[in-house]
Order: sequence, then structure tokens, then C-alpha cells
Amino acid sequence: MKEYSVIGKRLPRIDGMIKATGGAKYAADFSLPGMLHGKILRSPFPHARITNIDVTQAERLPGVGGVITGKDFGGFKRGVLPTTRDEGALALDKVRYVGEGVAAVAAIDEDIADEALELIKVEYEEIPAVFDPFEAMKDGAPQIHDYIKNNMSWECHYHFGDVEKGFKESDYIRKDRFSTGRVLHGFLEPHAILASYDQSGGITVWASKQCPYFLWRHLALILGIPLDKVRVIQPYIGAGFGGKNDSFDCDFAAALLSRKTGRPVKIVLSQKEILTAGRRRHTMFMDIKTGVKKDGTLVALECKAVADGGAYTATGPITMYLAGVMLGLPYRLPNLKFDGLRVYTNKPVAVALRGHGAAHTRFAADVQLDMIAEDLGIDPVEIRLRNVLKPGDITAGKMPISTCGLTEAIERAAQASNWKKRRMRKKVEGSIAKGIGIACHGFVTGERLHPHDYCSAVVKVNEDGTINLLTGATDIGQGSDTVLSMIAAEELGIAMEDVGFSMIDTAFTPIDVGSYSSRVTYMAGNATKLAAADAKRQLQEVASRRLGVSVDDIEFENRKVFVKSDPGKSLTFKQLARIASTPPESKQIVGRGSYTFTTVGPFDYETGEGGASEEYSFGAEVSEVEVDIKTGQVRHVRSVMAHDCGRALNPMAVEGQCEGSMVQGQGQALHEDFIIENGKTLNPNFADYKLPRSQDIPEMKGIPVETITPNGPYGAKEAGEGLVISPTPAIINAIHDAIGVWIRDLPVTPEKILKALKAKKRERNNVVAKI
Amino acid sequence: MQQIRLRVNGVTYETTIEPRRTLLEVLRDNLGFTGAKKACDTGDCGACTVIINGKPVVSCLVLAIEAQGKDILTIEGLAKDGQLHPIQQAFVNHGAIQCGFCTPGMILSAKALLDRNPKPTEDEVKSAIVGNLCRCTGYAKIVEAILAVSKTL
Repeated sequence: MKEYSVIGKRLPRIDGMIKATGGAKYAADFSLPGMLHGKILRSPFPHARITNIDVTQAERLPGVGGVITGKDFGGFKRGVLPTTRDEGALALDKVRYVGEGVAAVAAIDEDIADEALELIKVEYEEIPAVFDPFEAMKDGAPQIHDYIKNNMSWECHYHFGDVEKGFKESDYIRKDRFSTGRVLHGFLEPHAILASYDQSGGITVWASKQCPYFLWRHLALILGIPLDKVRVIQPYIGAGFGGKNDSFDCDFAAALLSRKTGRPVKIVLSQKEILTAGRRRHTMFMDIKTGVKKDGTLVALECKAVADGGAYTATGPITMYLAGVMLGLPYRLPNLKFDGLRVYTNKPVAVALRGHGAAHTRFAADVQLDMIAEDLGIDPVEIRLRNVLKPGDITAGKMPISTCGLTEAIERAAQASNWKKRRMRKKVEGSIAKGIGIACHGFVTGERLHPHDYCSAVVKVNEDGTINLLTGATDIGQGSDTVLSMIAAEELGIAMEDVGFSMIDTAFTPIDVGSYSSRVTYMAGNATKLAAADAKRQLQEVASRRLGVSVDDIEFENRKVFVKSDPGKSLTFKQLARIASTPPESKQIVGRGSYTFTTVGPFDYETGEGGASEEYSFGAEVSEVEVDIKTGQVRHVRSVMAHDCGRALNPMAVEGQCEGSMVQGQGQALHEDFIIENGKTLNPNFADYKLPRSQDIPEMKGIPVETITPNGPYGAKEAGEGLVISPTPAIINAIHDAIGVWIRDLPVTPEKILKALKAKKRERNNVVAKI
Repeated sequence: MQQIRLRVNGVTYETTIEPRRTLLEVLRDNLGFTGAKKACDTGDCGACTVIINGKPVVSCLVLAIEAQGKDILTIEGLAKDGQLHPIQQAFVNHGAIQCGFCTPGMILSAKALLDRNPKPTEDEVKSAIVGNLCRCTGYAKIVEAILAVSKTL
């Protein structure tokens, strides 16, 4: 195997130093002369008609530059599909959840802006609200969108193979209901935007976005200007996890207020606003029926999922698609049926969150697989090994699997965690019960989309032998800027420090889909590799003219350019760059690359059939817990994750993704839950909404498993989102190993543990009584 | 409005503020030290941590007027002449930084710990940063970086 000089090395991230010194600027850190501060008035009601909005007093307040309401957006509606555009920039005639934006002001400081909000008179007519998706589906329930019956935001129905036949052929069938919690993305950086409209008809914005090109299109739409007049500049992003995909009320309001006032407008949301009114994960209720053979081989799985979507559809259709089709991973499953209903409720909007869609249904299916293993007396590791997908498989939903390291991942995770010994050990010592559990995951390496579905890159070669790498990709913390720079350096045979990475400025950088569904390393990585190869080809031509050899005889390595057939003949990369940029060559070397999925056949969003991506990651997590049977407290004590990422382009970054996922998955299993009463969030702060802290973490080990996928850049697949799927079910399975109870609804609170233990005791007493 | 003097990173600054302004607001908005991050503004996340007279403090819960006459260290004051402080270098080298939003506060909490206790145990490290939230890293590499620095002290 070829030794790489950059790829595969544990290199520190390129933005490490600027972030460590406080020099990294995030959206809220930017200011402009004459800048106004924007604030948003939010609905106090979960469901109400707006009969009138009077902004005159607010407008008259000294220091106020302008006030806008939903009416100022000319009927603009947004949503991920043309048929699901149900959400305005600000509410128009109705508010549908507590915290929905109703009006916005811009003033010379934040205090005046706050005062102005108080002067806006909104007349509401409260109407009955509905908070439970099952209630919302019933005839006669309050209708949240007038034109949509039974509050059905989106539904999908997939059937691969024949589940009825599959259940008939099964030796054992189990049915269970599971539900997931009310979970926050948990990025620390609040949404922020600085928008500056110039009166000649262009706008420049600095915004905290993980898909800046979405905002780019949205701004062109709401302002009615062409794309070349919209300039979105991406600052450093304080994480996203799916929560910064969309454009939000603050983005639209800042842009419009800037046009209205003729001054730059900055809006920074408070964390309280985000926790009260911001996007979050869906809560999903899943009825799962699984049929297996006696030896645990999966035969059929049927899942009916009802998702609490909140008041608008947003990216919900993709959630439901992934919730369904990702049931086809990571095990062989010949028959699969999925019915997904996404239902409107009068709550904040549910959207993508790391492990999008899959984190719900895979949690349910992987816990149920453990239940089946117990019922059949099969070891949880063994039942998984019997069902793993293998390279060359095509799933029932027609997803071709080119590489799959799941067997190795399960074996390595089990070995590293000493599975056999720990599974067999004595469970209870004093009041502490110990348990160990396993779960697996699989995920898309970039979900396929119907419209814009490519990433692109540009490599500019400078006369001193350095390059500038321009991509449309956004590093939201995962380290993609570093990995993309590594790819460019490797391809050109130069050092990491020779690569200058430029973050997005839509006036200069090429277009990209955005940082979601774990596509950046793979798609933008391939685009970068192509761009670097293009630049290299042009440099080879220059070198061939200078050295008098054929183009293909020239190789690049260690900042050197040499003739393969005559290694004595060489130039430094710097010399070649200089030659290219001076007479007689005198040209700017610019390499271009663009990548879209090309090796998979068609996919059908309606039927769910076809490759959801070009490649899929796989992995396994083993978790150990200690349950205090007196208090019901669960401690996640040890955790091993083995993840098939194709090739670990930077193993330190892959480990970082594993560790972050293990802790985020733990949060979803044990700590995190919005308390919502009548549509109002009662714990909108980080004291009461509990993100895991340093003292909550387990001892962790992340193990990259390499399968070198043929189409990935240097063989890489995703290592960002899939990993968050398995920790949650692994913890639930470990809790069962410790105390013998199954918790089916997340999160596992001490109350639920104690209740389950009591029920178990009662059951045992009943059995004894019967005997 | 009140005129105040603040000594930040060894330099004394004079600025005029409303007395109710927090140290975080004055650092960011009046003096341009944007390394301290406004993330929760309720003292729950630690992203605005600065060091006052050797102690790590969440600057969103301190009034700027209270910080007069004290030594305030922000993340901008840690590197000298382009040379990273060993804790900053360790964070970079050990992969303890992802999105970076918690990083300034996290590094300053670590510095306050190591200044007080150069050889902390792993539990002491976790305890010192328990007020600093990080969603990206799962804390493991942060703890690793701090312990690595303590070995060199």
C-alpha cells in the first residue's frame, strides 16, 4: 500500500491556534459602523390568530430605525420541498407555537430594541391548541394549518420485500413501542447574523450557518435580487448538529431591517430564545414488530412511526425518509415496511439533528434486537454478528453496500471492552448494579437529494509554492477544513502548511450543498481531490515543457517535482510554481473540481427505494453502566466505539467525533429532555436542560476501522453523524443487563428506573404467588 | 453613565458605561475582547470565563464596576509574542478543540486550576471544568490536554 505523507496522520487542526487564542471571530463578534441591533417579538401563545399588529408607537420611539412584521415579506414561504413550504419568515395571520417570531425591530442599542418590542401592540385571538401528535391526528382536533387535514405535515410509506410473508416465515416475533425524548442540538453559539444591505441593491451578511448557500438563496428570494448581489460570508461556527441548517426568523429579519433602515443590522438570539422557540429533534413514537428465525436471523421488520413535528414542516420530510430507509442498515433485513407520519403540533419546529431520523428508529430497533436476543437466549454480540451486512450486499430497499466493516467493528468493540468477562460478571454489589450493552449503527455518507446535489472546490497555485484552497464547505467544528486541506496537500505532494484554506464567501468560493447528513469529507473531499488533481495536471504540463519529458512522467512528492524515469531531474514545487507564473508561461494555475454521486443508480423519494447515498458508514458501540438501585441513578462508566469510516484521514479527528458522539448519545439516553407544558418550555436554560458535563463522561475509546472505500477520497466515508446513533441504545441495553428491566421511552430518568424495578418486583411476587 | 478603569491583560483601560453592565458586555462591546463568548448569559455554560485575581469567573455574572482594581486575564492575554501558552498548545496538539466556542473559557478554567494545583488528578481536572460546557468533544481530549500540560510543570 502506498505510504501517504499527509493522509492518515494525527495532525492538529488548522484553526486550532486561532481558536485557542481567542482570535477566531464568530458571527456575533462582527460589527460595522452605523450598525443597529435587532430583536424579535415572540408569541406568548401556542395557537392564536393575529387580528392586528400596531407598530406605530414602537416606530416613534427615539433610537428605533425600523420595525417589520410578517406582512413585509410578500408571502415568502419556506420548507425543504416545494410542496411543504408552510412557514413564513415571521408569523402572518396566526401564531402556531410559543416563541414564534411576530415582528422585529432595529434600534441603536439592544435596550431600545427591547423597549420597542414592548411598544408593539399585537392583538391575538387565542384558539384551542394541540400538543400531542396522536390527539392532533384525530378528526376535530385544532387544525394548525387551515389547508391541511388531521395536521398531517408529511407522511411516507415504504415497503421493501414482503413483510407479511416474512412474518409467516419467522420463528419468533416481537412487538414493542418505543419513544425518543425532546432533545436540543446543544450548540453553544447562539444564532447570530450581521446583515448589511447597500442601497445599490446588494447585501452582505456574516451568519452562523452550517449551510451558508441555503441562506444565500433565501436572501435572494426575500429581497428579490439576483444571487450575484447576495454575499454570505461565513465566520467560524460555534457548532450546529443540524440546528443551523435552515434560515431562521433572525436571518430574514436582519436582512429586511437592513434594507428598510439603510444601516447594517445585527441580531444575536439569546440562549433562552433558542431553548424556548428554536428548532430541536423530533420526538418519535415507534411501534416496531420484528420477526426472526430461531437462530436470531432477522426476517422482517415493520415500523410505524409517529413524529411530533411541531408547528411547521421544515426539514421534516428528510427526517422521515431517513427514519425509514436507515432501518435497512446496518443489518441484513430482507423485508422492511415503514409507515412514517409527521404530525403538526403547537410546539417549536422539529428538524434535523445529528444522526438525523436514524437515531430514532435505530434506537428502537437495536434495543428490540437485544430483547429478541434475550428471549432466544443468544448473546447480544452474537446475534449482531449473525445479522451484519457484508460488502457486496444490496439491501431490501436497493441500497448497494460497497464496503462494510461492521463485523470487525463489533469484534473490536467487544474485545476492547472485555465483553465476555464483563457480561458474565456478578451484577450487583451493594446498591450498585453493573451492566454492559452493545448496539450498532450505519449511516449515509451524504444523503442524496433531488435538486442541488454537488460540492465543489478550487485550488489556486501561488508563485511561492503555496496554494489557496477554496471550497463551499463549512467546518462547524468537525474538522473538515483540516481534512480538506490534508487532501489537497497529499494530492499535490506539498505540506499542510502550504495550504491556505478559505472559508465561505459566496462571492468567491464555489457552491456547496452544506454541512449536513455527513457529506463534507466525502463529497467536498472528492471535489477537493479533483481540484488539486486538475491543478497538478496543469503544473505537470508546465514541468513537461521545462524538463522536456512527457506529462505522465512527472510526479509530485515532498514539495518536489521529479521525473519518474529519471529521478535525478527535478524541481522544487516552489520553483515550478514560479516557472508557471512567470514568462514565458505566465498564467495563474487554477484547478477546479466538482463532485456528485455517480456510482449509484436512481433513488426514489416516494418509494424510498435506491441508494440513499453512495457509501455508508458502520460501527458498534459497547457501553458499561452502573445503576444505583436505591436512587435510580445511572452512571455511564465506560464506552468503546469502533467505527468504519473507510479510511481515517485524520485518526485524531475521528476519535474526537467518536468521543463527542458517545457523550451526546449519553445525553439523549440519560439526561436531556425539554419539559413542555401547554406548549411552553419550562426549562429553557443550561441549568435545567442538562447537557452532559465533564464529570458525567465515561472512560472512552474510539477505534477507527478502515475499509478503504473505492469512491471516497483516499477511501474515506463519513465519521460525523452515524456515530451518535449507537450510544443511546447501547446504554439502554447495558441498563437492562444491570437490572433486568427495559426502558422504552427516553430519557432514562431515575424515576423511570425505580418504577421499572418496582414493577419487576411486583411481577416476580405475582409469579411466586401463582406457583 | 459612569467612567471606570479596568486592568485587562496588564493594560489599564478607561471607558464609560452604565453601572449595570456586566464585565462580559464591557469586555466585548467596549474593549473589543471578543474571545470571551456570550453563550448563555446566565452563568451556566462557562464560555465567558475570564480570570480575575487568579480565580476563574463567569464574566456574565460579574458587574464591570466590581472588577475595577483587579487583574483581569482574558484569552487574548495568554499567548505572548506569537508564542502559545503551553495550555493553548496542548489543546491544539491533543485535538481538544472542535468548534472552539467553549475553548477560551475552557483554557482559562484550566489555567486557573494549574496555577493553583500544578499536579491535579483526573478527577480534579474534571471538577475544575465542570462549569464549562462543551457539546463537541465529549471532554475526553480536553482532560487529556490539561493532564499532559501538568506533566510538564
